[in-house]
Amino acid sequence: MVKKSQKKEKTGALSIKNVTKIYDPSGVNVKAVDDCSMEIAGGEVCMIVGPSGCGKTTLLNAIAGFHSITEGSIHLDGELLCGPGKPKAEQSAERMVVFQHGALFPWKTLQENVAYGPTVQRAMSSAEALDKAGQMLAEAGLGQFIKKYPGEVSSGMARRAEIVRALINDPKVLLLDEPYRAMDALTKQIMHESLLETYDRTGVTIFFITHDLEEAIFLGDKVHVVTTRPCQLKKTVEVNIPRPRSFETQSSEEFRRLLEEVNEAVHEEAVKAFQAGEREMA
Amino acid sequence: MSTISNLFGNTTARRGIGSLIGFVIIWHIGAMIDDWTGYDLLGIGLVPPPGDVFAAFLGVIPKAGYWMSWVSSFSRVVTGFLVAMIIGIPFGLMLAVNRYFRGIFFPPFEILRPIPPLAWVPASLIFWPTNEMSIAFVTFLGAFFTIVINVLGGARSIDISYLRAAQSMGATQFDLFWKIVLPGTLPSIFTGAAVGMGITWEVVLAAEMISGGGTQGGGGLGFFIWNSYMGGSLEQIVVGMISIGIAGYLCSSAIRKIGYYFMPWRRLF
Repeated sequence: MVKKSQKKEKTGALSIKNVTKIYDPSGVNVKAVDDCSMEIAGGEVCMIVGPSGCGKTTLLNAIAGFHSITEGSIHLDGELLCGPGKPKAEQSAERMVVFQHGALFPWKTLQENVAYGPTVQRAMSSAEALDKAGQMLAEAGLGQFIKKYPGEVSSGMARRAEIVRALINDPKVLLLDEPYRAMDALTKQIMHESLLETYDRTGVTIFFITHDLEEAIFLGDKVHVVTTRPCQLKKTVEVNIPRPRSFETQSSEEFRRLLEEVNEAVHEEAVKAFQAGEREMA
Repeated sequence: MSTISNLFGNTTARRGIGSLIGFVIIWHIGAMIDDWTGYDLLGIGLVPPPGDVFAAFLGVIPKAGYWMSWVSSFSRVVTGFLVAMIIGIPFGLMLAVNRYFRGIFFPPFEILRPIPPLAWVPASLIFWPTNEMSIAFVTFLGAFFTIVINVLGGARSIDISYLRAAQSMGATQFDLFWKIVLPGTLPSIFTGAAVGMGITWEVVLAAEMISGGGTQGGGGLGFFIWNSYMGGSLEQIVVGMISIGIAGYLCSSAIRKIGYYFMPWRRLF
């Protein structure tokens, strides 16, 4: 983990091909994802942006192995996760999710939370795992809080600890589902810097769902704008702002230009989503 | 930290004592108001003033019978409650995690649950060989349903993200049950225990009054009150009532203490 750096061979390439997901609870055919394809290179930060309820999370759940897909296939480093004959990927520590509302176990301290993965995998003794967990939390700037319970720390710290809990498993892909949604702008800024710092250190592939366009451009290598339900790839915006990025990046002209470009694409979809919502209400 | 908690403890204690004194003063005024004014106020003039009750309390304290009532009520409550916990917690957890188990056992459980424990008294007096067993059985029922419902609800409402996160990290079904479902349900277990304990006291008192409280002299606090009523001693009735209040308080603080010990992460709230 510590020695891992950008020099390491890039793994974690995700290939999503023609994925369709139909929810059919009691015959109400809801198409959440329709023929959606995207290619995510190993070590890439890929941001998914789209209107609320459009099926982004469905896609993430399919990659994580929480839900099945109806058609299409998803490969990780050329290996089939799910596809024809295997509707649901198995859950695995190579694809770790950081949840929208946070999922640190409230009954464990931050250190015990982070040590959980290696302990249940029997990869380390629990003493070793705790040791390593303490070390990694300290690296993430949470050294004084390792003995605290999640309820005792701020949401920002909890989220950082949760990312550490994911990273200790040495995942190929980090799946983040609007992890900073409920945070104020200042905390968000700190979170972004911390995530970028983590990314520069580990080079893990990041699949990041968000509504926040500035966040998408600031963090991402690519921003995938998806359509309103059913979810399809609408436009991919390449972000060629060099790393490491700092908050000054956000006032650069290039940043503003990209923001406008993404905004235009998203806005169209947001309007469609809104009108569809109105139709449903009528 | 310790000074802060001391200060907090002292303030709490001061408030508690102050409110108890205030309560006794209001009680005294209420009880004496008809003597002072000469008007009979809606029968509250019949309430014995706190001084008389205190005197009656001092009167029963040296008597073995009074303490026997404590012992028998307590042992009935503890027996019924512990059996309800021992059976109720695993039963509730099984209902929560196993769909076949739930399919088989939930319907009869739901039909039996709305029957008030006191409705079981006549039947259990007939079914069980001794009075003691029938009272313990009824107290057991009082706590059992509440505990099971709380455990089931608690286990079912564990955030699915916890389960998913644990599974992604490689947890087996065994790990999930012992490391996620069980600790995740603990708060509900203790809520169920606290509510269940309250119900057991309600039930044991009523059962003692109805059954006449057993034959070996250990009538229990319920029978103590009933006996005082038959003997026409208002003061002693109130003594019995306050005794139950104290007993119930002791039981719930014991549960709180145990919960505090087992759930360190809840100590902040």
